[in-house]
Amino acid sequence: MESLIQIFIFIPLLGFIVSLFFSNKQEKLIAATAYTIVGIQFITIVLYTAYWLIQHTPTLNLKHFVFYKEGNIEIFLDYYFDKSTAVFSILGAFITFLVLVFSKYYLHRDEGYKRFFNTVLLFYFAYNLTVFSGNFETLFIGWEFLGITSFLLVAFYRDRYLPVKNALKTISLYRLGDICLILALWTSHHIWHKNITFIQLDDVQIVVAHIHENFYSVLFLLSMILIAASIKSAQFPFSSWLPRAMEGPTTSSAVFYGSLSVHLGVFLLLRTFHYWESILIIKILVILIGILTAIIASLIARVQSTVKTQIAYAAIAQIGLMFIEVAMGWHTLLLFHLCGNALLRTYQLLVSPSVLGYMIHDQFFNYSPKVYQTSNTFLNKLSNSIYTLSIKEWNLDGFLKKTFWNPFKMIGRSLHIISSFYGILSLVIIFTIGLCFFVLDRHMPLILDKYLHLLYAFLGMIIILIAFAEKKNPIYAWLLIILSQAYIVLSIALLNDQYEYLEILIYVASLVIAATLGILILLKLKKAENKLDLNDFYGYAYDHPKLAFWFLLSSLAFVGLPFTPSFIGVDLMFSHIDHNEYLLTFFTAISFLVLELTVLRIYARLFLGPNKKQTHPIAYRSS
Amino acid sequence: MQNKSTNSLTKGVDTFNEADLIASLKHFLPTQTPLKDFIHHNSLHAFQEMKFYDAIFKASKIFGFEATLPLNDFRKLYELGRIDPTVLDKIIMDRKGTDGIIKWKEKVLKYPYDEHNEQRIGKLRAHWKKLFQIDLDNLVQPLLFRLLSNYLDQGISIWEFPIGNIGFLESIQQLEQNSYSSLFKKQRARQLLFKKGLSISELLQIVVGKETYYNQYIFDQQFAHKGWSGMVSAVESQPHTLLSPRKINLQDLIILELLFEIDNLDTELGPNWTALSNHVSEAPIELFADVSNEELFDVLKIWQDAFEWSYYDEILAGLQKLNQHKKLFPSTHSIKEQNSFQALFCIDERECSLRTHLENLNKKVETFGCPGFFGVEFYFQAEHAKFYDKLCPAPVTPKYLIKEYDVSEKRKHDLFYTDKTHQFITGFLSALTFGFWAGLRLIQNLFKPRMSPAISNAFAHMNEQGKLTIENKNTSDRENGLQIGFTIEEMASRVEGVLNGIGLTKIFSPIVYVVAHGSSSANNPHHGAHDCGACSGRPGSVNSRVFSAMANHVEVRKKLQKKGIDIPDTTQFIGALHDTAADEIEYYDTEILQTINAKNHLLHVQTFENALDLNAKERSRRFASIDTKMDIKKIRKAIKERSVSLFEPRPELGHGTNTLCIVGNREITKGIFLDRRAFLNSYDFRSDKEGNYLTDVMRPLGPVCGGINLEYYFSRVDNYKLGAGTKLPHNVVGLIGVANSSDGDLRTGLPWQMIEVHDPLRLLIIVEHFPEIILKSIQSSPEMYQWYENEWVHLVSIHPETNELSYFKNGGFIPYQTRAKEIHFYKDVHTLLEEAKEMESNHITHATQENLPVYLYN
Repeated sequence: MESLIQIFIFIPLLGFIVSLFFSNKQEKLIAATAYTIVGIQFITIVLYTAYWLIQHTPTLNLKHFVFYKEGNIEIFLDYYFDKSTAVFSILGAFITFLVLVFSKYYLHRDEGYKRFFNTVLLFYFAYNLTVFSGNFETLFIGWEFLGITSFLLVAFYRDRYLPVKNALKTISLYRLGDICLILALWTSHHIWHKNITFIQLDDVQIVVAHIHENFYSVLFLLSMILIAASIKSAQFPFSSWLPRAMEGPTTSSAVFYGSLSVHLGVFLLLRTFHYWESILIIKILVILIGILTAIIASLIARVQSTVKTQIAYAAIAQIGLMFIEVAMGWHTLLLFHLCGNALLRTYQLLVSPSVLGYMIHDQFFNYSPKVYQTSNTFLNKLSNSIYTLSIKEWNLDGFLKKTFWNPFKMIGRSLHIISSFYGILSLVIIFTIGLCFFVLDRHMPLILDKYLHLLYAFLGMIIILIAFAEKKNPIYAWLLIILSQAYIVLSIALLNDQYEYLEILIYVASLVIAATLGILILLKLKKAENKLDLNDFYGYAYDHPKLAFWFLLSSLAFVGLPFTPSFIGVDLMFSHIDHNEYLLTFFTAISFLVLELTVLRIYARLFLGPNKKQTHPIAYRSS
Repeated sequence: MQNKSTNSLTKGVDTFNEADLIASLKHFLPTQTPLKDFIHHNSLHAFQEMKFYDAIFKASKIFGFEATLPLNDFRKLYELGRIDPTVLDKIIMDRKGTDGIIKWKEKVLKYPYDEHNEQRIGKLRAHWKKLFQIDLDNLVQPLLFRLLSNYLDQGISIWEFPIGNIGFLESIQQLEQNSYSSLFKKQRARQLLFKKGLSISELLQIVVGKETYYNQYIFDQQFAHKGWSGMVSAVESQPHTLLSPRKINLQDLIILELLFEIDNLDTELGPNWTALSNHVSEAPIELFADVSNEELFDVLKIWQDAFEWSYYDEILAGLQKLNQHKKLFPSTHSIKEQNSFQALFCIDERECSLRTHLENLNKKVETFGCPGFFGVEFYFQAEHAKFYDKLCPAPVTPKYLIKEYDVSEKRKHDLFYTDKTHQFITGFLSALTFGFWAGLRLIQNLFKPRMSPAISNAFAHMNEQGKLTIENKNTSDRENGLQIGFTIEEMASRVEGVLNGIGLTKIFSPIVYVVAHGSSSANNPHHGAHDCGACSGRPGSVNSRVFSAMANHVEVRKKLQKKGIDIPDTTQFIGALHDTAADEIEYYDTEILQTINAKNHLLHVQTFENALDLNAKERSRRFASIDTKMDIKKIRKAIKERSVSLFEPRPELGHGTNTLCIVGNREITKGIFLDRRAFLNSYDFRSDKEGNYLTDVMRPLGPVCGGINLEYYFSRVDNYKLGAGTKLPHNVVGLIGVANSSDGDLRTGLPWQMIEVHDPLRLLIIVEHFPEIILKSIQSSPEMYQWYENEWVHLVSIHPETNELSYFKNGGFIPYQTRAKEIHFYKDVHTLLEEAKEMESNHITHATQENLPVYLYN
């Protein structure tokens, strides 16, 4: 019975791959493939669940595919099936199927018809990988793909400014969640000394024993998971991205931000529940986040005067309640609540354009003028204050910008001088020196041996921050990104004495390919367009759609898109960082966080947004 | 007024005058009102006092939008044969003379022009970003839009704006005063908000500095979000367009925006920044200064003309051919006594096909076209309604009120729209209950779509069973200054006007149907744009019923008789409504029919049904999801389902492809396949030799048909800046408009799905009358004449006696020779429709191929 689980990963993947081979004009084929595949998945999963119910609901686990094995480091895909998996996968198949049928007509003749179905199928694959995942690695792969598909769908109308800006906003937060998961993964490796599966976490005795031994590490791990879950489910203080992500066609907003994607935070908490149910402080934290979100999001929902943002905040508030339900252990109620909420919000979003006709008509017959009272009482003032705060979304958007992103930008900007020919040259020289030390490993003074890798990791982080803040030259930015990666690899190489060359090779080779492809594309673009900077959006995807596609691909490969060798590389990098190397972990984590943002920022600035050549209709910035 | 308002700006006067600035802003901003009423109008109304080409190129230079199709598309259309080479040659010759033809043809076809258009607007304000890396729009707009939409909101937010009974800025002041939290980040702007008599120039002095830059700065600022500014300006001028009234004006908006700018500049730059003009070296740009002519403009003019005349020529040749043929072989069917019925329709192009099919099915049927409010202008109050609906063309202000009573049916509700689902506890409960129901509803919607309360239903505008207060017996019977119903005298004059206008004065069939139109659509915030334009964007059912009742009134008929219109007692008028999306007709007050008429009515209904089948088939060829070769009943069902499908962004294609407006006897167009592209206004020159009625007929054609046509034109040539873009990501804002996403500006104009089949051609008005009479008629008022003189629409006359064509140019009529080589003929409408090409994509070169050439029925 276990071995059948892989079908549910395989079917969506197959659907995605098949859908790539159509041309944009073959609308009927594209749509039919998409909803047939998801329909088949729906029927299969229902039958499977029925059989599973007859078998008295055993918890299933399948170790599937080993990517890499080296000593006690093993990276493999693992699947898992229990009550939550069943509910999430059936819900996912049901909603995705209906929305795909809806989209078949809704997107007719859209310039991105194929792109839309491709992305939704990729999303659906990622969703299944996440809900069927049996270990953190598998979950992480799904999680990462969810982020990328989100980026692509928020920026679906890539020739306008706001979708691109908001896509970057969304992916920035998602990326923060990804990094939290990587850190959780890393901590988990070091606590367990192996790749732990969720089924092993179900064994309460072992888990409790481990928690006892590594209390603070576990606490750190769980906090990271909590942050990742809160971001995905747009909980306090990460709520403001969700209403802004409603940039794509109504149908994709419905699937992603009304229902499936946004409920995955709850899933993550549910999946790791056994890990944290005995830790009071985490429980309290989850409940606190839930309560705060439910209250604040409800207030914000009440003052929304646009229909989609109102639904978004209403959904967030309900998910806040779900956080409480998870922590309290009311899981059956939770699953009902979750399905109901997902279906309700999907439907409400899909019919949201009707609201104008319906409500105006309603008002025509039931209008009664509002009676306004102005008074200076304390209560009135308080209520006005809350209204004002809610209109400003409790400053959450500004808060995130100030706290998370501005410091990075400031550091990067203050060292802007390095982003120049001589700056880069000196960085290369410093790198070569480091490389010499690596080759002459045995002859290094002890003190250097102890701190050199830290220095390089630190420099790697600084370099990527400079690239992040680079405004003028995308080629310099790209070179800096490459250098930063090189520094990080070197740093970890310096740290590990028993380094396998094969590992370096896997990672470095794929990086080199991606980096070279990227730089070639940038040079070609520079030659064709002359004007190339990162100060504004240029929308060159309009003029050079192929370059745009390949640049996106090389960017994703460069940052370690799952299933590219560099992904394994990233994973390996982290497993090579020792347990007590907090600083190194910190530097590396920040680097990986900023790395993807920098790369996607270059992609977005050059290829997305309103095209600069006003020789054809272009949207105003504010539209 | 228009000239005065642009004076200080166009002349580049240095001194700043706030009132002038506001007036000129209001002149140039979009005038689209809240979406519940959709009135088509010329998107470039502000430039209408200029010639068409001068206007579009000037507007394009100022605001940066595209004025015509891109050059390359024209060239592709030429290669495809959609632009006729002989027409192109003639146009070049007309414009550039015989000597220039070779040189100019080379330029037109080959020369690689740089089409980059550097707009004037936005240049000054861009310095904040350029010099200080401050993106003011990003910092200011989200909160500003939010405040505007919350203040103007008509019913989306659960917690309404706390202070709404006073003006916008005053409300913000009060809110700010009575609150512990602030909308501002720093103190200075907040203090300024409370300052008595705060003026725009005072704030501009802080932000901009030198007075010479003021006008440019404010134009930059307001046109950075022309959707919202336009909405504020429209609500200010027409407050009644909101059900829940709001006091807002452009001045308030500008002051608040400047305050937010100051606040953000204070935050980003610290307290010591100085005004923008201190840092700008360029002189202020005169936004409205004349635009010098470029060679590219000439080339585009030639192409646009050639594109237009390639189609016009075909249609004119077809008309001429048809009428020559008719003169030689007079129809044997025109013996009117045998008519089985007559039917009046709206002039709307969507009725053009239905009329053709009716006439083809039954040769004895006679149809007429007149503006769909049927000459009766009034406000309508549905029973229990708290408001009135205006049911006549937008510029008319009626003095009458028609009330509905005796409605027994209850209005249905849809629980999914209750705001309870958005709240804390009730949201939880509704997720557990409605949630699962929503899943089932979605399945039903997808696989078995049907009418529901959430769908805008054209037939629900008025209750079929309800009664109307049509006759006024006592003129003191009034409500809110409106007279309830019409007196006999008033009725008679209206019926007389309509019948004379369309030339239906002599021979009446036993039943005369008066068919209004409306449109049902689901999930469509723009549904008002599909309803009847002559009824202010609403279904015309009440008008058709009121008109029929008037024409049936014994006393009215007596009065008409005295005026020479003798309607026999056996003739009865029956009102009806055609749903142009669902292709269904509902008939009103049929119980009044005399026995024999009642019996015949059942037969006629069958004829209508068959015509509707054919109409559905004709429409289906432009819908990819319906196979035109399918069984005709299945097509009809598919068409109906479309109109109630939530997933269908194109319930119908509205006025897409409209290009013609033909004023004359139906005889001159009968037998020609017009492809739903023509407004058809019945008019009989024989009964109006002096052209007295012609003036009345021509008056609304510019604003109504021309307005529709130009709105489609501009939304098509630049769907991003002048249209609303694709409707798929639209988010309904405050029940007044749509925007993209949460922070976007309101979108005006038409969405992409409505215009993708449209060829951007100006309207060609063809009138059957003597040129001198037509000239006299259009010159009778300057507003009307402007449309023709400035070439916003084309005008051609068909000489009633000689059949000669002449077109209007530079104040006179010039003879026109058609050059179309061949005329296409069709025998069977089914084959014609089934074999028509379907477009591959919505690019103009593909879309235009879906339009059928001019066919004559053989």
